[in-house]
Amino acid sequence: MSRYDPTAIALHWLVALAILCAFPLGWYMTDLPLSPLKLRLYSYHKWIGMIALALIIVRLLWRATHRPPAPLPTHPLWQRWAAEAVHHGLYVLMVAVPMSGWLMTSALGFPVVLFGVLPLPDLVAKNKELGEVLKAVHQWLNYALLALFVAHVAGALQHHFIDRDDTLRRMSPFRKRKEA
Amino acid sequence: MKHFALAITLLAVGAAFAAEFNSVQPSGSAITFVSKQMGVPVDGKFGKYSAQIAFDPARPQAGKAQIEVDVASIDTGSSDADEEVRGKAWFDVHSFPTARFVSTGLKPLGGDRFEATGTMTIKGRKANIVAPFTVKPAGAALVIDGTLPISRKQFGIGEGSWSDPSVVADEVQVRFHFTLDAAKK
Repeated sequence: MSRYDPTAIALHWLVALAILCAFPLGWYMTDLPLSPLKLRLYSYHKWIGMIALALIIVRLLWRATHRPPAPLPTHPLWQRWAAEAVHHGLYVLMVAVPMSGWLMTSALGFPVVLFGVLPLPDLVAKNKELGEVLKAVHQWLNYALLALFVAHVAGALQHHFIDRDDTLRRMSPFRKRKEA
Repeated sequence: MKHFALAITLLAVGAAFAAEFNSVQPSGSAITFVSKQMGVPVDGKFGKYSAQIAFDPARPQAGKAQIEVDVASIDTGSSDADEEVRGKAWFDVHSFPTARFVSTGLKPLGGDRFEATGTMTIKGRKANIVAPFTVKPAGAALVIDGTLPISRKQFGIGEGSWSDPSVVADEVQVRFHFTLDAAKK
């Protein structure tokens, strides 16, 4: 069985972990009443988002220079197209979501200071109207990300439990002894 | 003869500089501040205040300032935060609507730098403070710029869970910028 290489696998799961932390945090924190906790959660959300963005850029560079395994012979054509569409969509959103967040927080006048010590540049000058627009953009891009995430996970589980093929195994961080 | 001419010139120049500047230009003045939230500097300002300032460059020690700030006019950059800081744990504007600075002395530090000492009253608490500032000419007006660190803890601004300085830092840098026109004769 041809697998993804270890770096691709590591990056895949690290990014997944970052998104699985940042997304629920983002969803939960926005409705909180203002409190020291809310400010902390906003900061953690932004730090995780920036780390995710950095990992995604590395991931894109790796993907551009390292070919992933070919589709399995058992994968029908429509599934190959669907997978490619979802994967490409995920790559675009994984960059657009944190970038839109960064733009939004810059426009709202709250610069990002990574871990409270490393100031990141403001992507745009403080502008309340733009900030409100970017807030909506960030929100909608996240809904799109959620949709593609669900499709991606559903596809992986379908291949693993219904088709019973190696698709998920190729990206597994665990090496199983009974590989083909 | 030339000594006489020089003396007259100096007298004329001295007279020109002996003007008192006491007319604050509202459009050329501002009271702003920078607070730090988890390391992030956030700008804010006070929209309403009254400033009575008198400054004579020839006699700086006679200078006086009385600034009264309408605390409810605070703009923290977020409407949620504006509402929170007007509340009891922060400025408690219902009980203490005005913050006040009254100078008790003014000292030149050399060049265009000066230092005002005075009493700051916020949320009913008084403290003696020292505020350094610069005075620079801008056409026929004078521009005063200074920065004053205020400790939230000292004045009880942000009590209870908000007193944790790792979320909102204790020190807030208040910046004052006043453009003064000469007194009308």
